[in-house]
Amino acid sequence: MVSQSDAQPPQALPPIVQTAVGSMALVIAGGIYLAAYLPHQAPLPIPVVLISLGGVSLLAAAAMLTRLRDFAWTRFRLVSGWALVAYAVIAGMIEYVLLVDQTRGALLVLMTITLAIFALDIPIILGFSVARHQQAGSASRP
Amino acid sequence: MADTVSGISLPSPAAAGVSSPTRVTIVPLAGLPIVGAALIFLVVAISANWLWALDFLHVAGGGLWTGIDLFVGLVIGPIIGRMSVPSRVEFSTRFMPKMVLIMPTLVILTLASGLQLARNLGNLAVPYPNHWWLVASFIVVGVMAVIALGLLEPANLAVLFELKKPQPNGALIAKLMRRFVYTAGITGVMQIATLVIMSRIATW
Repeated sequence: MVSQSDAQPPQALPPIVQTAVGSMALVIAGGIYLAAYLPHQAPLPIPVVLISLGGVSLLAAAAMLTRLRDFAWTRFRLVSGWALVAYAVIAGMIEYVLLVDQTRGALLVLMTITLAIFALDIPIILGFSVARHQQAGSASRP
Repeated sequence: MADTVSGISLPSPAAAGVSSPTRVTIVPLAGLPIVGAALIFLVVAISANWLWALDFLHVAGGGLWTGIDLFVGLVIGPIIGRMSVPSRVEFSTRFMPKMVLIMPTLVILTLASGLQLARNLGNLAVPYPNHWWLVASFIVVGVMAVIALGLLEPANLAVLFELKKPQPNGALIAKLMRRFVYTAGITGVMQIATLVIMSRIATW
């Protein structure tokens, strides 16, 4: 039978999903800015700021994650591991398109960093969203 | 007792008892070879610059992506919202695993082939003000990506993992399903904007 217990997770958890989603939104905004200038190169200061903020947010989410105690790390690793594989393939496909299209220099570096942050944000979001509702099976940190 | 939010009546899980399914699949493994074949076809189409294949992948992938989003968001979603919790669970255990595989595949096929197609057809070089349509399409896709990957997909996965438990938490499933219904509705509505933008770009 479905249990009728409270829908809230048992412990107050830091805003890891919100931070990672914020990171994803920032790098996507940076990517849109760069793409809006195609086939020419966009002025870089604004996307550099957006992508840097996205990177900082990703690091903040990862830092909050590593501080968690009594968390279902086994489940987190299972979900985030497979999500990382899937989104590394997706990011790799987009990177491949950029390389085929002769994207080079600073634009390629920025787009690669954007894709890397994007591919790391999603495993954190998916893994945490699942593991937060699971019983802590392993206390060891990732 | 029911929670009613924006006209969607969601029965309280207290009103329903549901047996946990004995086996809930998260990712249907049988579908992985199809996904792999589709991705290989995409790589070949891009590397060989096959215009017909890029066009096919973008039109077919985008059509399915848009159609499924609209259908799920505006037809299936409200129906799920009105189902009893046991029916919702039964439907979700069969429906959501397929979405986990289908949607990301359609998205990458559509986006990667679309970018390459736009380059080949010279659409990216179109000057403003027409270029704004392209920018608008990037923004719509970006917003949909944040909603789908940040809200919808995590709720989808969390429901499936909750259903794998011997005693699933009905209140949690109802809460996550409510999020699924709303976000699917929002992305469905945004797909209408995509249809308008793409029709406009295709008839320059």
